[in-house]
Formats: sequence, structure tokens, C-alpha cells
Amino acid sequence: MEEYEAPQPSRINYLNAEYGLKSWLLTKDHKRIALLYLGSISFFFFIGGLYAMFIRLELLTPQGDLLSSATYNKVFTQHGIIMIFFFLIPSIPATLGNFLVPMMIGAKDLAFPRINLLSWYIYLLGGIITIYALLAGGVDTGWTFYAPYSTTFSNSYVIATGLGIFISGFSSILTGLNFIVTIHTMRAPGMTWFRLPLFIWAHYATSLIMILGTPVIAITILLLTFERLAHVGIFDPAVGGDPVLFQHLFWFYSHPAVYIMVLPGMGVVSELIANFSRKNIFGYSFVAFSSLAIAVFGFLVWGHHLFVASQSVYAGMIFSFLSFAVAIPSAIKVFNWTATLYKGSISYETPMLYALGFIGLFTIGGMTGLFLAALAVDVHLSDTYFVVAHFHYIMVGGTLLAYLGGLHYWWPKISGRMYPEGWGRFSALVVFVGFNLTFLPQFVAGYMGMPRRYHAYPPEFQVFNVLSSAGASILGVGLLIPMIYLIWSMRYGKSAEANPWHLPGLEWRTASPPPTENFETTPIVTWEAYEFAPSEEMEVVGRFSKSEGAVQQL
Amino acid sequence: MAESYAIGHETSHPALQHHFENMEQQREAGTLGMWVFLVTEIMFFGAMFLAYTLYRSQYPQAFASASNHLSLALGAINTGVLILSSFTMALAVYSAQSGHRRNQVVCLVLTILLGLTFLGIKAVEYYDKYVDHLVPGRLIPGHPFDASHVHLLPGAAKQNVEMFYWIYFAMTGMHALHMIIGVSLLSVILYFAARGRYGPEYHNPVEISGLYWHFVDIIWIFLFPLLYLLGRHLAHAG
Repeated sequence: MEEYEAPQPSRINYLNAEYGLKSWLLTKDHKRIALLYLGSISFFFFIGGLYAMFIRLELLTPQGDLLSSATYNKVFTQHGIIMIFFFLIPSIPATLGNFLVPMMIGAKDLAFPRINLLSWYIYLLGGIITIYALLAGGVDTGWTFYAPYSTTFSNSYVIATGLGIFISGFSSILTGLNFIVTIHTMRAPGMTWFRLPLFIWAHYATSLIMILGTPVIAITILLLTFERLAHVGIFDPAVGGDPVLFQHLFWFYSHPAVYIMVLPGMGVVSELIANFSRKNIFGYSFVAFSSLAIAVFGFLVWGHHLFVASQSVYAGMIFSFLSFAVAIPSAIKVFNWTATLYKGSISYETPMLYALGFIGLFTIGGMTGLFLAALAVDVHLSDTYFVVAHFHYIMVGGTLLAYLGGLHYWWPKISGRMYPEGWGRFSALVVFVGFNLTFLPQFVAGYMGMPRRYHAYPPEFQVFNVLSSAGASILGVGLLIPMIYLIWSMRYGKSAEANPWHLPGLEWRTASPPPTENFETTPIVTWEAYEFAPSEEMEVVGRFSKSEGAVQQL
Repeated sequence: MAESYAIGHETSHPALQHHFENMEQQREAGTLGMWVFLVTEIMFFGAMFLAYTLYRSQYPQAFASASNHLSLALGAINTGVLILSSFTMALAVYSAQSGHRRNQVVCLVLTILLGLTFLGIKAVEYYDKYVDHLVPGRLIPGHPFDASHVHLLPGAAKQNVEMFYWIYFAMTGMHALHMIIGVSLLSVILYFAARGRYGPEYHNPVEISGLYWHFVDIIWIFLFPLLYLLGRHLAHAG
């Protein structure tokens, strides 16, 4: 690819266009809101991480010596609630998605900027209420809030936590709504559906789940809260209710929620794999439609969480079959990424290391999911550490790695600075090693029968838990390093050019950091996604173009 | 679609927000946004409809007994009120599109009044239930549920009657909350309509508020037969 003359960074960009707290707290710029989210989810990730540390410390020895069983119940519950509802769900969509969806489609902003800001405040309000519940005494129901324990018997702050989750759900709904409308109506001229980057397709599918699933968990948690508050009931068997109805309603959202967490990650990885192989993605439309297929199938598999909860065996068979079926679109993605690598011009920058890690770990996470989708095997594995290891491979090995990869990849665009590449690669490696050391032994322990959610365990499982705790400390260090050098790079990092990776995507055709309006003039798209055309010269749109013309083309 | 992205710019309209290319794109975004929002509302109510369906099939006698105690007359009048309000709402949208400011204001006022009438009648019904001790659980402290006013059909258990009333209050309460939001929304629209903001050029806020209003009406169209008309024939038999 021929080098083009790098445009000079503009003096006015979205970061320095305005100063002062008010300019941030009242901003309607999607890029600034993305940064507000970035700060707040990092905060919640830190809290969730502290809880994880206590879990791993307690499980270092077979006896319950550090925490009482009651405290331990609260610690793992709060770890789950914070990490799922306040980190993983908003992680990629609310930060990278918020920042990039308008930029990738050539729009000035999301369709509803005020609703976008509102979603952050709603998230914050829900978060504050939840933090209050944790400080006031915590909650011990597990993140699943199963009735009737949560409605009747638990002596912890279920109502406040439920309210926090109920409220924060609306931030997710509003983000999804904003993305769908933006992708439908705000695409730049020439940006047809099949020229959209796969990141956009993934976010579109995610948004569908957000708007269809989240309202169900909202009303379910609300009914649960009322049930506990006023002893009215449709879940409590004491008034003729059915606790299994709660499980159905809960998992109707919470299983698709897994895809809210992992689909945006798949979108990030599709970008990284294609761009760092400098090759068009293999099977674009298959990867695009597999996102939609995952969103659709994802809504039909919730019953696999109820295999041992009195569900009819025939329903179980259907849910088992559908759970196997959802593996197909996921496998399509993995195969297409692998095929993209073939004969690619691969370079191993930090984001690519994370992306390759994602493919391996997601594959392990997905394959072990098939064990759990098998009716008979699930009876043995239900509620063991095998399940814990499985979903951590998806959520940490999948989502978190994709999030970190994406954060590094777009960091030059977001901050206008380069992160230190050496440290980046080093920490990516530390994260990968630490993660596997933490969770691989849990598969074995779980398969041998170690149950989840207990603070004490038979001594024969200790070796796996010691390995796991050791891995967790390595993982913790691996996550702290990027936190430090990314903050460091905001001030001391090398200035980033508009297109440091030399890529064709629209977001790279404007300055780093971009101006508030993203593009000086509305871009006209005449190229396909991931079009690496070696002979052609690539230019940027707007004021950075060489000629005076309004719009430059590839 | 294609025209809406033309870079010719008719950006002069004062209501055009900075991030849209033209009014057409802004209108499309607003309308789609409301439709997507209504989809989330369907899912929101959907969970309660599911709970209703499940327990009605499990406890048909108890549900019919409890339903027979609801006021058919008040429910039916309220249904009529809401259908009428949907009609006036549609007229308000039409007047905005065709630029009749006075008609638009009159229709919006009528819609709001009909909405308030609905809420008033609903309040009367709630009060009746309160007097009859039919508010379930401890929703009102010191005023426990008591099914003695309800004529129980054979096979109906009192605790399931209580469950029916919880579902009744949850669903109609959530619907009433949406009505209150709708009335507030229309009041804002009325304020701007009176100042002549909406006309043939720009009337999308009126249109999408209308979508919302019709949606809330449709929820009631389902709630009325499901809650009020249950097993009425059984009442005569028993």
C-alpha cells in the first residue's frame, strides 16, 4: 500500500473544543459520552475485580477461613451483579460502539444525542443505587435472584439492588434504540448495508437483543421487588405462584444478554482480524448474517438453564437442540476469521494479539457450552465450577479481550495518542496466560464435582484452586498494566496520525482525535468494507484532503 | 431514501437539528425511534401477559370469580372513552399535517380531557376495590386483602383470587402510568401547538406522540376483555 501524506492533526477537536466540567456533564457529543461511559465502567470493573479478589483469596484454602459463608454469598453475588450489569453489558456498546457507530457510517452523531446522554445518567443512577445497596449491607441471592429465596427468605438488600438493575436496564434499552435508528437512517451517501463494517452489523444485532430482552428483565425485576415489598405474588408458591416462571422470565433476558456481551466483541474481532491481516474479511455476508442469526437463535435457548429445574423433558430436548443450533453461526464466525488469516499479511500489534486470543478462548468457551447444552451431561455439570469456567471463557476470554483489543486499536482515534506498543504486547500476553491459568483448572475441578457458590470445599480440589488463584493474580497484574499506560499515554504518548494503521475504514479518514462533527463534510462512500486496494491511493475526507474539493474518494 | 441523503441542503427549517442532513431524515429517525420504543413496550407488557396467561389457565375458576367482581360498566365506558380519544388524537395529527391550528388545539384538548376522564374512572374503580378490601398483599399497609366480597365459583381458591387482583393492579396500574405519561406528553405538544409550531412542514412530534397514544389505547383494548370479561357466562350459571 502506498503511503499517503499524513494529514496534520487539527487544532480543534472534540476533546479541546470546550473545557470545564459542565461541557462534559451536559455534552451531547457521542464521543464525549463514550468517554463518560469509559470512566464509569472502568470504575465498576475495578469494584467487581475487588470482589473477585476476595473470592480467589477465600478459595485458596479448603476451609472457609477468610469470609463467613454469609459474607461469601454476598461477595460472589456482588461480583456477578457489578460485572454483568454494570461492566459487561455496557462495556463495548456504550464505549466503543457509542464512539464509533456514527463515525463508521459517516454520521455527525447518533440519531438522538440527548437520549444518549440520558442513558448515561440513567446508568449512573442505577449504579449509585446498587452501590448504596452494597454499602448498606449487600445482597446474597446470586446475580440470578431466584424466587422464592429473593422474595421471601433473603435478609439482604434485594429491593435496592433490584431497583438499581431495573433503572440501569433502561440505559441499555435507550442505547439499543439509538443504535438501531442511527444505523437505519443516518448512513452517509453510498454507505449501503453491505458496505457497513462488521462492527456495525454486530452492534445492530446487539441492539435488537437490547430492545427485545431488556424490557422483560425490567418488568420481572420490578414484579420481584413488589413481591418482596408488599407480599403480593406471582412467583411465590405460598400464594399459588410458580418460582419456575421467574426462572423462565429471568433467563429469557439473561441468556440473550450473554450475546449482548459477546456479539459486540465479535464485531471488534472481525475488524481486527481483517485489518491486521490487511485482507477483506472472508465471507462478509456470512459473518454479517451470523450476527443476526445469533440474535434470533439466542432468544430461543433460555430453557437450557432449566434442565434441572422441573422443566418438561420434551421442552428440554427442544431447548437442547436449539442450543446446539446456536453454535452454528458462532462457528461460522470462527471459521471465517481463520480463513481471513489465510495468506493475509498479518502483523502482531497489541490489538491483533487480543483478537487471536479471543478466537482461541471463545472457541473453548463455546465448545464447553455444548457440553452444557447436552441434556444428560448437564445434569452432571449443573452448578459446578465447569459452568463457572465456561461462562468466564465467554465473558472474560471473549468480551473482555475483545474490549481491550478494541480499546487499543481505536485508542489513537479516541485520545489522539499512541499507547506504548511494547507494554501493550507484554500485557496482552500476561492477560492471556493469567486468564488461562485462572479458569482452565476450574473446568477440571468442576468436572470432578466441585460445586459453585460455596466458600469451603473438599481438600482434593485445593490444587486446582491454588492454580486458579495464582492465575487470577497474574490476570489482575495484566489488567492493571494497560490501565496505567493508557492513562499515561493520554499525556505522554506519541501523537497519533489520522490513520496510524493505514486502513480504509471511514473512522480513519478524519483527524485523531476527530472534530466534534466527526467529518468536515458529509463523506460519500464509494468503496466496499475492508477494501485494501494496493494500487490505489487512499485519501481522507474533508479539510484534510489534498485538493480543495468538498469530498474525496478512495 | 435516496432523496433524503441528497447533499443539496434545505437546511433552513429552524426545527432541523444540527446532526441531521435534512428534515426528511430527521422525521424518519423520529418515527422509527418511536416504533422501536413501542416494541420495547410490547416486551415490557408481554411478561405480564405471559404471567396472566399461565395463571388463568391454571386457576380458571378463581380468575373468573375475581373478574366477575370488576365493574363491567365502568370498564366498558372506559374502553369507549379511550377509543374516542384515539379518534380525536388521529384528528389532531391530521389537523397538524393540513395546517389547521385551531382544530389541532381543540383536538389535543379533547384527547387530554378524554385521557383524564379515563384516569378518573380508573381511580373510582381502584377506590371501590380498596373499600372492598381487594387490594392484594400489603400494598396498602394495615388494610389486608379479604376475598369475602367476591362470590367464589366452585373450585376457586381465595389465594388465587388475590393473585388475580395483583395481576389486575399490576397491569392496569402500569397502563395508567403510561396514560399519565401520555397526558403529560400531549400537554407539552399542546403548548407548542397553541404557539403554532406544527404545520404541514413540521409535525413529527405530533405524529409520534399519536403513535404512543394509540399504543397505550391498544394495550387497554387487550386488557379490557382479558380482565373484565372473563367467564361472564359462568357468573350467570352460578
